[in-house]
Amino acid sequence: MALINFLKPKNQLEEGGRTAALVQRDEGEPEKKCPNCHKDIPLSRLWANRLVCPCGYHFRMKARQRIKMLVDKDSFEELFAEMKAGNPLNFPGYKEKVENVRAASGEEEAVVCGLAKIGRQDCCLFVMDPYFMMGSMGSAVGEKITLLFEYAMRHRLAVIGFTVSGGARMQEGLLSLMQMAKTSAAVKRHSDSGLLYLAVLTDPTTGGVTASFAMEADIILAEPGATVGFAGMRVIEQTTRKSLPKGFQKSEFVLEHGFIDAIVARANQKKMLAELLKMHYGG
Amino acid sequence: MSLIPYNRVKLARDSERPTGLDYIGHIFKGFMEFHGDRRFADDHAVVGGIARLGGSPVTVIAIEKGHTAKERAYRNFGAAHPEGYRKALRLMKQAEKFGRPIICFVDTSGAYCGIGAEERGQGQAIAENLMEMSTLCVPVISILIGEGGSGGALGLAVSDRVWMLQNAVYSVISPEGCASILWKDASKAEIAAARLKLTAEDAKSLGVIERILSEDDIGKKEFYERIRTLLIEEIGELSNDLDLVGKRYERFRRIGADVVNKE
Repeated sequence: MALINFLKPKNQLEEGGRTAALVQRDEGEPEKKCPNCHKDIPLSRLWANRLVCPCGYHFRMKARQRIKMLVDKDSFEELFAEMKAGNPLNFPGYKEKVENVRAASGEEEAVVCGLAKIGRQDCCLFVMDPYFMMGSMGSAVGEKITLLFEYAMRHRLAVIGFTVSGGARMQEGLLSLMQMAKTSAAVKRHSDSGLLYLAVLTDPTTGGVTASFAMEADIILAEPGATVGFAGMRVIEQTTRKSLPKGFQKSEFVLEHGFIDAIVARANQKKMLAELLKMHYGG
Repeated sequence: MSLIPYNRVKLARDSERPTGLDYIGHIFKGFMEFHGDRRFADDHAVVGGIARLGGSPVTVIAIEKGHTAKERAYRNFGAAHPEGYRKALRLMKQAEKFGRPIICFVDTSGAYCGIGAEERGQGQAIAENLMEMSTLCVPVISILIGEGGSGGALGLAVSDRVWMLQNAVYSVISPEGCASILWKDASKAEIAAARLKLTAEDAKSLGVIERILSEDDIGKKEFYERIRTLLIEEIGELSNDLDLVGKRYERFRRIGADVVNKE
């Protein structure tokens, strides 16, 4: 089946990108510069293409944009929306920072959870948001994801999770760290009851999220060119005093080293996820 | 003794402090070390094997930093690679098979940040430990004896009981790392250390650990004797618990659940 392409994709980002079709210029239309091919792409064209540049570069996406793109029309029913971070350590500046991010992003927290249908298949869905403190995991994120896995277990549903995260949220200290253990234990219970968990790693998935639920799925997919790793690249350079290999921590590199199942371009994700749900739940 | 948090960090990192092997040698009898993760290599930063505690066999695992410069280099300063976590998991699964309680000594600034570590799945190795430890059906006790550095420490601490030495620290990020992210200035680590709430008292009041171990007579016979007695008592109690795995789930399940604002 062509849509499930488990062959190793050619790393076009490493080779300077695909040959792009000529972009039609419309004077005065807002544009966005692609960090890969360095061309200015009209926003309308990017939107029409799910925020993917003609060169193949996948721009980051807000959680709700992704949900809209992914789920069957009007099928998303949000869960646990009332959960949001407090300031348990009274970390100076944290409250203000969160308030600013809330105002700017329109989100209450760095993950959106809910029920959805994808290709008419029911599932539990969580999508992390890079525009909310870079998807960092504090108590509320850990709690929401744990509640979702527990809900999925009670209702015998698969979980699909889109990860993007800089890691554990340091302003909640040890409580953030413990969310790694909490979410992992919930994933394990869900898994032990024979249910499916699919993760799609998006740019960037790092730190405590990589070292917990991102790497614990039955099937792990990733977007092209996404950074996926544990430690930050700057930290590794400083620790080892070595220059990093080409393409280090890109999803193509992680695939090559055996830690993800497949790289799936955004345009193919919905079809592939629907097909995977069908294959496991006999739809 | 009351120290500002950053002085605790310095004390926790002191190379004179007893390391994992010191605890193993003084608390247990007849330790036999088992090497290797059966997948790639033997990580010298993680020591594990079986020994007797009060006559009964137990599995013991420690992150080892070493004391001298030579030892510390050999142990990679207690920074484990994925192989270290995989070796630990292998030994824990073995313990589960034979019904042996597990005791972990944790002392690391963090899992190693290196090219090979990333290539071989540092994140995946820790994630797997978190998942698998959560359902081990034998008692697991972890003691943080020095530095409890983030995921690298947690990878050996999804346990029924987590104890900390009086001057050990447990943190989501090093104070230096936190300072360099917040203020682009690692020298403000002292301020960061205070804000991160990383001392044993903080961890206890956050509900992350059960017990703080006094450092009176640290390194002496009496010190190790005290810990041995506590371990024997606690393992006795945990071994009689028929809902060990359920309680371990609840132990972590409740952390952070109450700090979430619900409107």
